[in-house]
Amino acid sequence: MAIVETRDVLKMFGDVKAVDGVNLATNEGEFLVLLGPSGCGKTTLLRMIAGLEQPSSGDIVIGGQVVTALPPRARKIAMVFQSYALYPHMTVAKNIAFPLKAQGMAREEQGKRIEKSASMLGIGHLLHRKPRELSGGERQRVALARALVREPAVFLLDEPLSNLDAKLRTSARDELQQFQRQVATTTIYVTHDQVEAMGLGHRIAVMDAGRVRQLGTPQEVYHNPADTFVATFLGSPPMNLIETPEYSLGFRPENFLPREVYGKGDALLSLPCRVTRLEYLGSDRLVYAVTEGKLGGHRVISKLPSNISVFMQPGERHEFALPEKEFKFFDPHTGLRAAPRAL
Amino acid sequence: MAAEGTAKGRAGRAGSYGIIALFTIFSAFPFYWMLITTFKSTPDLLKRGNNPFLLNEPPTLEHLKVLFHDTLFGQWIWNTLFVGVLVVAITLLLAVPAGYALARVMGRTGEHLGIGIFLTYLVPPTLLFIPMSRIIGDLGLQDSLWSLVLVYPSFTIPFSTWLLMGFFKAIPKDLEEAAMIDGLSRFGAFVKVVIPISVAGILTTVIFTLTLVMQEFVYAITFITAVRNMTVSVGVPTFLVHGDVYFWGSLMAGCFISSVPVALLYNFFVDRFVTGFTMGAVKG
Repeated sequence: MAIVETRDVLKMFGDVKAVDGVNLATNEGEFLVLLGPSGCGKTTLLRMIAGLEQPSSGDIVIGGQVVTALPPRARKIAMVFQSYALYPHMTVAKNIAFPLKAQGMAREEQGKRIEKSASMLGIGHLLHRKPRELSGGERQRVALARALVREPAVFLLDEPLSNLDAKLRTSARDELQQFQRQVATTTIYVTHDQVEAMGLGHRIAVMDAGRVRQLGTPQEVYHNPADTFVATFLGSPPMNLIETPEYSLGFRPENFLPREVYGKGDALLSLPCRVTRLEYLGSDRLVYAVTEGKLGGHRVISKLPSNISVFMQPGERHEFALPEKEFKFFDPHTGLRAAPRAL
Repeated sequence: MAAEGTAKGRAGRAGSYGIIALFTIFSAFPFYWMLITTFKSTPDLLKRGNNPFLLNEPPTLEHLKVLFHDTLFGQWIWNTLFVGVLVVAITLLLAVPAGYALARVMGRTGEHLGIGIFLTYLVPPTLLFIPMSRIIGDLGLQDSLWSLVLVYPSFTIPFSTWLLMGFFKAIPKDLEEAAMIDGLSRFGAFVKVVIPISVAGILTTVIFTLTLVMQEFVYAITFITAVRNMTVSVGVPTFLVHGDVYFWGSLMAGCFISSVPVALLYNFFVDRFVTGFTMGAVKG
């Protein structure tokens, strides 16, 4: 186990700042997720931690040792790639043994380690197959076994679930979480999928344009976003934003419900809206509407769970409401979180 | 409807078999012609009324005897193999790392450089043999097989480098990076991961180089005059064509014996060979 730190890490590709002065530190045994849209620099940051890219400036520290100048093999890390990068000409057993062989480990010890990691991931019966004979889920497990077998100080995972179909992804996510909690090794996980990030991470670093916009637990980044980027990147559908010259008011679609759903005693902001479109999603209904009245003219979305059966149809005017405790204010110029204020 | 469909299907299948048969005959005919001529007696070959596609008289081993006893054909085969194996080794030794460096290490510049290197392959030997003969003379390698070992890589390396560059580009970078994280240096990753995966490309290079060496004529006839040091491509036409007298039986025997191994090599590895060429074409 080890703590991974990045100190003012900057990476330029020509004139483009791919990673712009990132300072991050994991906790011991933590599952840290780097989350952000494509091109935000999260994979570049991970590759710099792995030693596959050299930072333009700044340092990478693993277990208290500055490793910026060390090659990947000297960093005691293991990485699982998006493509899994299994060696196609080797059997599963040889794939898993590869890092041990590179270390020059005795054959007997190798055998024990392979057996241990294969049984942990339930791939003991696949050891004699070649990667092309495996399904996506099996390949992912072999890649994990290969990462696990050398008992690294840090696991680096680069979107390892993105090649799986939706159903398999859910079960693989569950397995991955169990696996990480079991081995308790510091893990840095890159993804653009917020569901994965929320479900897996102890903490999430939300990145955009090469910078970390917010670092916090899934609850913190979801309920207390540091800026409008985090607020609108997380959540499906994203946070509603009503922008005025003095402030931006944010609120989650699941807190924005028909007025009649709330009790009489709640401190509420009532917003009359005109419904423009309805989407039925099974467990939820999404109501697309345009606000009217004092804060009128903004597009908003309300997410109604299926147990709220208020009848609505496009074109109709309806009174919606929002608990005041769910207000999030942002500075309209910088987009940063601002102090609560009266409306 | 169904009957019509079946009839149509049958006609289609017959058509495609017909086309395949046509191509098979076209490709196999030279081999058949060489083989049958090898065993035909000279009167059978020369008599006008005979059916040229069949043995009209009992077969003979006479032409093979001429080939092996009256010429140094065995020695020429050995010389060709000697040059071939060495040229293949030199080509692989230089083209494999060069192709990898151009594909990976040098980025876009590598691509342009690769095309530049390929263009040198297109300069014809009929132009190059003049300066080359000066170099060979200065090195004192006239009449030595080593002259060919030195000169042939000048055209096998550029093409092979370009071909291998396409191959290496098609190998996902992730594999090398995984190997580097798993404990190898870049060179180690290249040797233990990239090369084993590129067997198809390397095999293509071997076959291609061997074929070029076996058929090369201009350099071989320029640099080698001693009969003992000739390669098959020069020895056979020099000794089995006397003025306007062609020793057809022995000529065909010589051609057949030297072309069969290459044909077999192609056939065994045809799938890999095709992958090799198409990959080079698309990615190069």
